[in-house]
Amino acid sequence: MTTKSFQEHFDKQIENEVSIEPRDWMPDDYRKTLIRQISQHAHSEIVGMLPEGNWITRAPSLRRKCVLLAKVQDEGGHGLYLYSAAETLGISRDEMIEQLHSGKAKYSSIFNYPTITWADMGAIGWLVDGAAIMNQVPLCRTSYGPYARAMVRVCKEESFHQRQGYEIMMTLANGTEVQKKMAQDALNRWWWPSIMMFGPSDADSPHTVQSMKWRIKRFSNDELRQKFIDVTVEQAKLIGLTVPDPDLKWNEATGHYDFGKINWDEFWNVVKGNGPCNKERLQARQKAWNDGAWVRDAAVAHAQKRKFKETPKSKSEAA
Amino acid sequence: MKNIFHRYGDYGDREAAGGENTHHDTSNEWPLWEVFIRSKAGLDHKHAGSLHAADANMAIENARDVYTRRMEGVSIWVVESKYVHASDPADAEMLYEPANDKIYRHPTFYNLPDELKHM
Amino acid sequence: MATDPKDNTTLQLLHFTLQMADNALINGHRLSEWCGHGPVLEQDIALSNIALDHIGQARSLYQYAASICNGINSENRQHLFASTSLNQKISKGEMIDEDDLAYLRDAWDFRNVLLVEQPNTDWAFTVARSFYFDSFNFLFLSVLQNSSDSTIAAIAEKSLKEVNYHLRWSSEWIIRLGDGTTESHQRIQDALNDRWCFTGELFQATDADVAMNAQGVGVDISMIKQQWLEQIQSVLNEATLSLPTGVWMQEGGKQTRHSEHLGYLLAEMQFMQRAYPHMQW
Repeated sequence: MTTKSFQEHFDKQIENEVSIEPRDWMPDDYRKTLIRQISQHAHSEIVGMLPEGNWITRAPSLRRKCVLLAKVQDEGGHGLYLYSAAETLGISRDEMIEQLHSGKAKYSSIFNYPTITWADMGAIGWLVDGAAIMNQVPLCRTSYGPYARAMVRVCKEESFHQRQGYEIMMTLANGTEVQKKMAQDALNRWWWPSIMMFGPSDADSPHTVQSMKWRIKRFSNDELRQKFIDVTVEQAKLIGLTVPDPDLKWNEATGHYDFGKINWDEFWNVVKGNGPCNKERLQARQKAWNDGAWVRDAAVAHAQKRKFKETPKSKSEAA
Repeated sequence: MKNIFHRYGDYGDREAAGGENTHHDTSNEWPLWEVFIRSKAGLDHKHAGSLHAADANMAIENARDVYTRRMEGVSIWVVESKYVHASDPADAEMLYEPANDKIYRHPTFYNLPDELKHM
Repeated sequence: MATDPKDNTTLQLLHFTLQMADNALINGHRLSEWCGHGPVLEQDIALSNIALDHIGQARSLYQYAASICNGINSENRQHLFASTSLNQKISKGEMIDEDDLAYLRDAWDFRNVLLVEQPNTDWAFTVARSFYFDSFNFLFLSVLQNSSDSTIAAIAEKSLKEVNYHLRWSSEWIIRLGDGTTESHQRIQDALNDRWCFTGELFQATDADVAMNAQGVGVDISMIKQQWLEQIQSVLNEATLSLPTGVWMQEGGKQTRHSEHLGYLLAEMQFMQRAYPHMQW
């Protein structure tokens, strides 16, 4: 087949909603965009372990401690599934990690905000995981097979994350005055960063058209953001919390909530590295990786020694 | 010819992934393993995903820790990914399409009277 | 019943249960500190699983300990602990639960061995600590599953399955590091040597150990010492490591005299309950 017929075949697969699998021919840009998108997603899971990991050692009850530890552990698992999906495209996990550590690869900016109180565990589960799920559920039908399969697994596991977050918020909202205040304070701090998680407005999102054509993105940033706001505002009302947006108003005509102006300067600043915790997050990842180098090397060295020791034995057995 | 060692199992083209990555030194990375899980006795092992491990024991244990946290399995197989040989998608027409017109291999091909029982 | 609580079997059962519960909680807490900071993703996840096992065991044991506390008559119940906030709750006649035991006791009420409260330091020190403890825990629980106390026996039986895996995990890492690179060999040998002085306490019987062993509830821990040594020795042999030779052993944890580390660990762990008391979370 010529490149042209390869391209035609690929286009037909995409059009007919047939999955693209790792060894299928795919355009270079498709491959590169996927590597960027999947690895960025994986990095977000791994860096995302840190702000919540902060509170594992301070969780206020043994039950909460177990739940939070299991949740943060799941995020590690999700990172792993996603790195694996990206690896099928021909990049190794270590390369992706190098790109994260060098600053070449990005991760979700939301994790550059600090977790200051216990209520932040509730707000992250409810809002950040909630926003993530909005993004991720459509990706279960994304065109690249391994990515879609990873997302199915992620979404299955993720459903408990948002519920445990909301449960924390609900407990606080039904609690003492100071607990209510803690919950509201967390909502105030996490609301805007959460709705920025969907990325820039469609008008400022140049890759959207191509990505939607390739079915590696299934809804636009603004569509998903609106959907998130519509459901989350109701959830806040249910537990008596106030969304910190004075312009928030139900619009009968559109059937959606109108909302206030998003501070995109803040968004781009955090993306550029000026968020409150960018440095700490990256340093924590680098430190874990660098401190672990001798451990990883030891395991490889031992495996090689063992292979060497076992080889002559199995030969003599065969003889 | 392309380096076949970078094209095994369900893995794509390393060179196509591009640029500087091709020269990345992977010699000290823990190898990649494919994980197959039997979800309950009586069923086949099914591909669950992949992971990195220094040796086979560790791969099984890592698979247990990564892929069976929610009671997903009762048995695990692991195989180092580089030992998985796969058919080439370019051969798909040759390999799979000839079966399309052999519908006489399926029981529904045969028209038999409704009165016929136990068949 | 106005008997001296020291002679009271119930009190010894409480202390015995707390010894185990505190070991599980403090060990689990330490291991949970690794979450998000492990040397490789797969092992980060593995360690969280092990930490969850320990915290789960701690919860079962604290629930049992709380029910023992709540069953003691109100006069004797006033003097069970030294920590003020827990005593206040008890003196008000309130029933206590697993969280009260974990979060309202200060270090001088904790009965875990010194070994488990030692800091993670690095992968080698963490593996060494786990290896010593898991080897002990495995043998201890193997006997304990035959306890005459059915709750203890059931917890031991369930925990043993988990600990069996923990022991495999830590033993394999001892071997990998010992028989890995020159650097890893040196690091794990140093860690084993350093933490060795905390292993003596594992086999030192407290009043609670003695009383519970006499009742058929507990374990004669002096009996498992030899097996423990043999087990350690055989793994170290395979790892090309040597058994530490130090003879001086630190002790005190089981008698509620702790190292400085525990105070910091508790200050962090109990922060919420201390800063925002009497609330539901």
